[in-house]
Amino acid sequence: MPRAFTPKVVTANALLEGDVIYQTATGWSRNLAEAEVLTDEADADLRLIDAAQQTATVVGAYLADVDTSGTTPKPTHFREDFRATGPSNYAHGKQEEQANV
Amino acid sequence: MYNYTDFDTAFIKERNAQFRAQVERRIDGSLTEDEFKPLRLMNGLYLQLHAYMLRVAIPYGTLNSRQMHVLADIADKWDKGYGHFTTRQNIQYNWPQLRDVPDMLDALGEVQMHAIQTSGNTIRNVTADHFAGAAADELADPRPVAELIRQWSTDHPEFQFLPRKFKVAVTGSPNDRAVTKAHDIGLRMVEHDGQIGFEVIVGGGLGRTPMIGKIIRDFLPREDLLPYLEAIVSVYNLLGRRDNKYKARIKITVHENGLDDFKARVEERYALIRPQFTGVDQQMLAGIEADFAAPKFKSAPETEYHDARQHYPAFRAWSDTNLTEHRVPGYAIVTISLKAHGATPGDATSAQMRLMADLAKRYGHDELRISHEQNVILPHVHKSDLPSVYSALKAEGLGTANAGLISDIIACPGMDYCALATARSIPIAQEIATRFDELKLEHDVGPLKIKISGCINACGHHHVGHIGVLGLDRAGVENYQITLGGDGTEDASIGERAGPGFSAEEIIPAIERLVLAYLDLREEPAETFLQTYRRLGLAPFKAALYPEAQANAA
Ligand code: HEM
Ligand code: SF4
Repeated sequence: MPRAFTPKVVTANALLEGDVIYQTATGWSRNLAEAEVLTDEADADLRLIDAAQQTATVVGAYLADVDTSGTTPKPTHFREDFRATGPSNYAHGKQEEQANV
Repeated sequence: MYNYTDFDTAFIKERNAQFRAQVERRIDGSLTEDEFKPLRLMNGLYLQLHAYMLRVAIPYGTLNSRQMHVLADIADKWDKGYGHFTTRQNIQYNWPQLRDVPDMLDALGEVQMHAIQTSGNTIRNVTADHFAGAAADELADPRPVAELIRQWSTDHPEFQFLPRKFKVAVTGSPNDRAVTKAHDIGLRMVEHDGQIGFEVIVGGGLGRTPMIGKIIRDFLPREDLLPYLEAIVSVYNLLGRRDNKYKARIKITVHENGLDDFKARVEERYALIRPQFTGVDQQMLAGIEADFAAPKFKSAPETEYHDARQHYPAFRAWSDTNLTEHRVPGYAIVTISLKAHGATPGDATSAQMRLMADLAKRYGHDELRISHEQNVILPHVHKSDLPSVYSALKAEGLGTANAGLISDIIACPGMDYCALATARSIPIAQEIATRFDELKLEHDVGPLKIKISGCINACGHHHVGHIGVLGLDRAGVENYQITLGGDGTEDASIGERAGPGFSAEEIIPAIERLVLAYLDLREEPAETFLQTYRRLGLAPFKAALYPEAQANAA
């Protein structure tokens, strides 16, 4: 039996800053909470192909699992957790930007 | 120190101009990422987890104050005000933006620095003993030879597409501080009938298949060095496996073909090419040696030093751990710890970099070194200046008295930055250092090297740590495996796996149990952790690490 498809988001790094980005319904966001959650496998594949073709703005697009039990998508793996927050030795990266808003 | 020739300067300028154009073409969409990636890697630019990372070479770890000031300026202008010094004697900037990188490279070029060949399947930045030219135990300064190798290998047409990356380390001392036995080629200067030559070691390496290098020549005359290196690299270039990147390093080539077979091929190749080396390289070497001429050392009384030792316990503690014997009487080698308890190993702020630069200029014959242990060295300081140096360092958070102790930990960037990581390493280092500082035990424990890597690539040298820690991903959770008894010196050995791994919460208490067990097991305070381990083997340490298993078996 094929494994059930788990919810995913398309993520990548921005070409100019290298920052982690997530695909939304209309473009890209720096914030995982705004990502478009993909629950259908065929749809996810298409969205990934679409992302991978935007080579002038994004680098290294891939599908990452998310936990959708809350109101916004959350990472399921600690690597994605760090990507969504920033390093743990300094409050740099996303956590810094979020603290500044 | 070595100064660029006109050729070097023109070469760097042209490379930077090319890269600037490549960045522009990437940004305007005319280059795809697949096309651009190898180009950026050739120029030291990586894409990590949160941002780009620029890796700048510091050949044989030697810098002057002006270069250190530029590193600080770059950190302020284009990064977040700090830099990370690595085990490969590089500095890494963790937050550059793509558009700024060409400007960063130009700024580096102004002070004869660059990021070329810090990646790719080429001969990498040649590393040398960080105490070169200063250590009391040294036969000769290894840096001129390191520089000769750099000049010979940079853009060497035959060696731009080796099966895999290739790392060379050189030491001029019998006490190996350059980890030569864990490099693709290690060179140790040795003396034979009054002549200085090299013991040549091949096929060492860490990574997923750690191996201690093997001696391929126990004495190679100095003037035969380049042709012999060329013979080794060209045999490897042909024989090395290109079908599987995990089997492509020279350690596997030597292992699979056997040292004897490999050596026979090298000697054959050597006999063929030796006549092509007509001695031009030796003239070049003589020129380079003049650039590395020792500074004009002074002679002065040492009273201030002895007085300060007598009256200031903090200074005494620091001078006990952070000084090394210099070859010139009255001088000392200063290790500046970038390992304040709880700080990120190897990180320095721009203010700290500027202070170290100014101290080097004022008291240290304008020389700084970066050690593979992620500390900064002032190689030539007169003892009468040490109290002033210490108080200035202390005021900037650089006065930690822990060189060679348990909190002087090597840690790779791990999953806080590195895209290849399977777990974090920095927080583990921070917590170990903080814990042993609380216990006030580290001076009692004495020399102990803990080395941490965030994945099997072993950038943190965990295999050669007395205590090695390897971070892994076990079913989506960080898990840390301990190895014991590794050693990166002339008696090099690969650490032995102690048993099942520990979670991030369990690893600090596990290390504490291990160290407390050592304190019980040692015969006398002078017996180091490594000596005790070598005397007793794994069993008693394993018992301390896994008390439950012990209890269950009982
Ligand atoms: C963050 C970007 C980095 C990447 C992508 C990276 C990648 C790698 C890889 C793939 C290997 C294994 C090579 C092999 O076995 O064939 C390796 C080895 C190594 N790296 Fe890194 N590394 C990074 C950072 C560092 C840092 C920060 C240091 C210094 C602290 C470092 C020092 C080393 C060393 C010493 C090895 C030695 C093992 C050996 O070559 O035998 N690397 N690295
Ligand atoms: S050991 Fe692994 S995690 Fe650490 S820097 Fe090297 S590649 Fe990254």
